[in-house]
Amino acid sequence: MSQRLVNWFKFASPASFYPLAGKMWPWFAALGTVLAAVGLWISFFVAPTDFQQGEGYRIIFIHVPASWMSMFIYCVMAFWAAIGITFNTRLSGMMSSALAPTGALFAFLSLWTGALWGKPMWGAWWVWDARLTSELILFFLYIGYIALTAAIDDPRRADKAGAIVALVGVVNVPIIYFSVKWWNTLHQGASVSMTKAPTMAATMLWGMLIMALAFWMYSIAIALYRVRAIILERERHTTWVAELPEMQR
Amino acid sequence: MLRAHGLACDRGDRRLFSAVDLCVSPGEWLQVEGANGAGKTSLLRMLAGLSPAADGHIEWDGRPMGEARDDYHARLLYLGHAAAIKEDLSALENLQTAAAIAGRPLDEATALAALRRIGLKGREDLPARVLSQGQKRRVALARLLCSQARLWILDEPFVALDVAAVTQLCGILDEHLARGGMLIFTSHQAVQLAGSGATLKLSASTHPRAGAEPREVAA
Amino acid sequence: MNAFIAIVRRDLLLAARRKSEVFTALFFFMIVVSLFPLGIGPETAMLRRIAPGVLWVAALLAAMLSLNRLFAADHQDGTLEQMSLSPTPLAVLVSGKVLAHWLTSGLPLVLLAPVIGLQFDLSARALGVLMISLLLGTPVLSLIGAIGAALTLGVRGGGVLLSLLVLPLYIPALIFGAGAVEADVAGLGAGGHLSLLGALLALGVFFAPWAATAALRIALE
Repeated sequence: MSQRLVNWFKFASPASFYPLAGKMWPWFAALGTVLAAVGLWISFFVAPTDFQQGEGYRIIFIHVPASWMSMFIYCVMAFWAAIGITFNTRLSGMMSSALAPTGALFAFLSLWTGALWGKPMWGAWWVWDARLTSELILFFLYIGYIALTAAIDDPRRADKAGAIVALVGVVNVPIIYFSVKWWNTLHQGASVSMTKAPTMAATMLWGMLIMALAFWMYSIAIALYRVRAIILERERHTTWVAELPEMQR
Repeated sequence: MLRAHGLACDRGDRRLFSAVDLCVSPGEWLQVEGANGAGKTSLLRMLAGLSPAADGHIEWDGRPMGEARDDYHARLLYLGHAAAIKEDLSALENLQTAAAIAGRPLDEATALAALRRIGLKGREDLPARVLSQGQKRRVALARLLCSQARLWILDEPFVALDVAAVTQLCGILDEHLARGGMLIFTSHQAVQLAGSGATLKLSASTHPRAGAEPREVAA
Repeated sequence: MNAFIAIVRRDLLLAARRKSEVFTALFFFMIVVSLFPLGIGPETAMLRRIAPGVLWVAALLAAMLSLNRLFAADHQDGTLEQMSLSPTPLAVLVSGKVLAHWLTSGLPLVLLAPVIGLQFDLSARALGVLMISLLLGTPVLSLIGAIGAALTLGVRGGGVLLSLLVLPLYIPALIFGAGAVEADVAGLGAGGHLSLLGALLALGVFFAPWAATAALRIALE
């Protein structure tokens, strides 16, 4: 057990993680591209037209996986934050800040596609549906994290402050979701709900799952790519960065 | 006894100082000297346990600081550059609040006596706002008179004081040392203190952190 | 415990010597609330409906006003350093500061709310529920706000950033607080909302000082 722990900490050092991430990200990117192609093909050509919602429903192949990802990435950020606070590893904070823009992007994508879906379905760009509202608040949480870490000059301090924000946020996300749901039922009953999609066809489910996987691969690839940039920026004065082949030019 | 070994301090990408060793035993004083920006205040904050050292370790009574922190802080009096004086509180209220925060509440008579001894007679109830720089400094220094702490860490205690006050402060420091207290302070002026003491000169090393190996798990 | 009392006493004393700051927040609360009827129209039925939400949103904004200064002055004059060196745990002292903040910013709102509520034609019973909801909710605002204030200590553009961080976290308190009054007006009973607000308060008392302390230690390094 302790042996494995030591091995893991080996990659917690930016110097050894940098080349590893460099080797890994193209694979994830390629996998993401393939999966996205398959997923989009299923969602546009294989999945049947919904007899209630027509062709417009096809946006859920982007919308639902994007919502999943936005929530999942926040949890991953909080996970890295917890690791960073407990073990005081530098890489954790870098991972958190590398993930934040991607999470915010997915939250935004989810809101945008939600609006695009809402217009033909409900006749309004925005409905104060419990899920959409929670997603909006999640987007605010992402923006808060990014703004705070960007405003602090010292990267170590920014990481630690960001970690606290992420942890406080992740404790609050379920509370916020619950309260928004409560508010929603009090105000309009469950008249509009996105979950009401009647018995989803198996192909639709497959399409969504594959798109979710594609987003997952994309997130990993882009996070690894971004963390490499962050490592280079922060470690630019160390000897190992100066000895990198890409620095010799 | 406070002992530190191999202390280093980073400010941004620059290493301010490294490999600083020091040891202060009961009845001894240590004066930290150095040019502006050499890291005197950083060193004192580090020794007080306010900020972590980039490298090296600190021991209190033979125990590493991590273990001894509570005991250490109970026996430490640290007066920083900012004197923790509230403009809207009177000298007396300032002194009593500071003592209460430090865990040793003062009754009014003791606090008043200390303020009078430090030369603030008749100004005990004035808001700090109307006091001069030097007088505000004296309010902060009045804490020394009521302190039971074994180790005093004072950042620029002589700043803004007039000649008489400097002499008086030296007397207070001498008494503390004579009682077996320890003292670490920074000052630009040469100070004559009783007891044995040493001077630590911090030289600003301007070289970047180039050689520093990134540590796997930073302390 | 002595240090806790000393901190509360000192902050109340400071607030008493700077009464204008307390009153500014109070008048801000009154003005914001009075703007809504002017913007929406004076129909009593409508005003009665929006009153809980308006009062609660105004309370949120008023609480934000004073948060900036919660730790800033102590940070600047070195008191925060002394607090972190105190044998009393920093989290206890931070709780003292939060309590003092609530006594000077939250409690006045609770006391003022029924008077303002009259402008919106709320019934005596609804006013009572409003007061209870604010009594339970405003401490939550101070507690969560303390985390934000500690995180933005000494950070560029701290004030705006503080609202960006803290306002989303205030949403549950807003929903349950305003919801309690609405539920009561609708005849549903406010008990559920108020218990949830109480649960938020319990959670906040337990966790917020700890998180704020961790954030303060970062700012102190």
